[in-house]
Amino acid sequence: MVTPGGDEPGLPARQDTEEQADAPVIRTGMFGVHGTQDTSGYGRLQVHRAPPIVSEPPYGGYFDAVAEALASALTADGSGFGDAIERVVVDRGELTFYVRRAHLLAVADKLLHDPALRFEIFSGVSGVHYPNETGRELHAVYHLLSITHNRRLRLEVAAPDADPHIPSVTPVYPAANWHERETYDFFGIVFDGHPALTRIEMPDDWLGHPQRKDYPLGGVPVEYRGAKVPPPDERRSYT
Amino acid sequence: MSTETHATPGASDAEAEATEGRVYNVAGGDWDELVANDEERGPNEQIVVNMGPQHPSTHGVLRLILTLEGETVTDARASIGYLHTGIEKNMEYRTWTQGSTFVTRCDYLMPLFNEAAYCLAVERLLGIEDKLPERAKLIRVLLLELNRIGSHLGGIGPFGMELGATTIFLHGLRMREYVLDLFELITGLRMNHAFIRPGGVAQDLPAGGIEAVRDFLRKAPGWVADLRKLIDANPVFKARTEGVAYLDLEGCMALGVTGPMLRATGLPWDLRKSQPCLDYETYDFDVPTTDTCDAYGRYLIRMQEIEESLRIVEQVLDRLADRAGVVNDPWLVQDAKIGWPARLSLGPDGLGPSPEHIAHIMGQSMEALIHHFKLVTEGFRVPSGQAYVPIESPKGELGCHVVSDGGTRPYRAHLRDPSFHHMQAVSVLCEGGNLADVIPAIASIDPVIGGVDR
Repeated sequence: MVTPGGDEPGLPARQDTEEQADAPVIRTGMFGVHGTQDTSGYGRLQVHRAPPIVSEPPYGGYFDAVAEALASALTADGSGFGDAIERVVVDRGELTFYVRRAHLLAVADKLLHDPALRFEIFSGVSGVHYPNETGRELHAVYHLLSITHNRRLRLEVAAPDADPHIPSVTPVYPAANWHERETYDFFGIVFDGHPALTRIEMPDDWLGHPQRKDYPLGGVPVEYRGAKVPPPDERRSYT
Repeated sequence: MSTETHATPGASDAEAEATEGRVYNVAGGDWDELVANDEERGPNEQIVVNMGPQHPSTHGVLRLILTLEGETVTDARASIGYLHTGIEKNMEYRTWTQGSTFVTRCDYLMPLFNEAAYCLAVERLLGIEDKLPERAKLIRVLLLELNRIGSHLGGIGPFGMELGATTIFLHGLRMREYVLDLFELITGLRMNHAFIRPGGVAQDLPAGGIEAVRDFLRKAPGWVADLRKLIDANPVFKARTEGVAYLDLEGCMALGVTGPMLRATGLPWDLRKSQPCLDYETYDFDVPTTDTCDAYGRYLIRMQEIEESLRIVEQVLDRLADRAGVVNDPWLVQDAKIGWPARLSLGPDGLGPSPEHIAHIMGQSMEALIHHFKLVTEGFRVPSGQAYVPIESPKGELGCHVVSDGGTRPYRAHLRDPSFHHMQAVSVLCEGGNLADVIPAIASIDPVIGGVDR
């Protein structure tokens, strides 16, 4: 799809790639205003979701050394790099391995114990909920730090909403304990093999997982100097 | 003994005692009567003590469930969540700039570190890390190091009070007040500053700001020396902290512990040296370590870090003095699509856009008005992707993980708070020790529940 303007001089020309034109539309129009009689033409503006990044080697910096060391460690163990790692992303100077969830524990074990990797410090799990990524809605994002080599690494594991199970890395990294409880509490990801997967921030009898996108923020309108301010999730949003 | 409170709400004393054993509560009573009634218990009965969530030495609303055999703690569990305020969820409904106002409320003893970690992560997503103005970096480092001093004093002062030494508390808090005075002068607030914004800082240093910091630098070494004279060789303090809450390098690695607790094992790991941001590699300072692995070593490291921070602040002031001649030295990224459009000034109804800016957008430039309107109401868009930026906070590695879907609001923002992470070590620090050692063990982690629960 060619946006209006084409190759005319003086006007912006932007050729969408094939991938992008197929990608789902995430935003239309401007200012998030809908249902008005739009005469500006902005109402027909469509923004597609950015295609997923897939990086190919060489990744640059120490990233290649990490990928090679992990590949050889996994191969020595019987499973290949490609079996365990869905894709590799190098973005904004950070390295991310998208790990297939069945292989997470094996990958974590190699990352901690292999002398060429040695990611000793577990820096936490952060859940992210992508409701429109059908079949892989729930993501758990792990950040690891190697003091030995002064390196950082991110692992990302996805699970479908219908089967929100991801193996727990607590057998390898004891420090993951509370982080996984927090991610379970807020996103409902069940970490199999966790010693005591209970809620940690919310009360034990709480229903639902508050940081999922389908969980409302809630709130009440606030009156200030005679004017009513609606709760944050009901205010005008600029999508 | 009162008969009104029970471990299980709604149960009578008799019911509770049938299921949970003898229930004691804190309503007071006659000690002799209690002892006389309890002779059948024998000396070695296990007692489960519920310490907190309201307890002066738990740094907020932390609840500890301790199992005691006599004076020995055999099982210690921390229970958190009493101060959960949903900051991360709330940020998903505000613009990227407003996020700064929320993260600053996490760990309220180091608000500027929360802001800095968040803003650095947003700047990485925006790809403007290299375009950050020099002055913004200097002001950030100045505020961060002053905040490090304030945070350590806010840890050491109450530490003393928890051991019964109110003099330490008063001296520590008095010096912290002077740090907060500087914050009030520079940012306008003692805490919850929201001063560090994506792209730079909210304002330039005020008139007299540098002189006030210089004045503080003249007096601070004396105050630190006084505190150290009071505590360093204090026999009571040492008896309560030496060899207490032992956690060696292996334990720190397994539990992912960073910050002063890790440096107390002898490993000089400091992100300001190993993975520097904000040009920390250009400052001259040392990373203090000890190899005692105990609460006393952690105290010593915090004290020495205050001294090192004073050194850094002095260097920042020198660099700011060198830049005094630069005309129109910006403190916000020079990108009209990101940088907050208005210069702020103090008007009759508080801080707001300066009269010159109002005159400019209302009377001179239509484009400036559009920019102002768009940036202030809608905010800027951040290209989709994710970033994790860790910085060395007073308590250890403070990381911020932000995810953008290309919109004007964070898709997800998560703080990896060092207090939250280190609270996991409570069991390891306390079990096998005396009940009285639980207090210095918790204090040596220096947790702030605002950061733990977010």
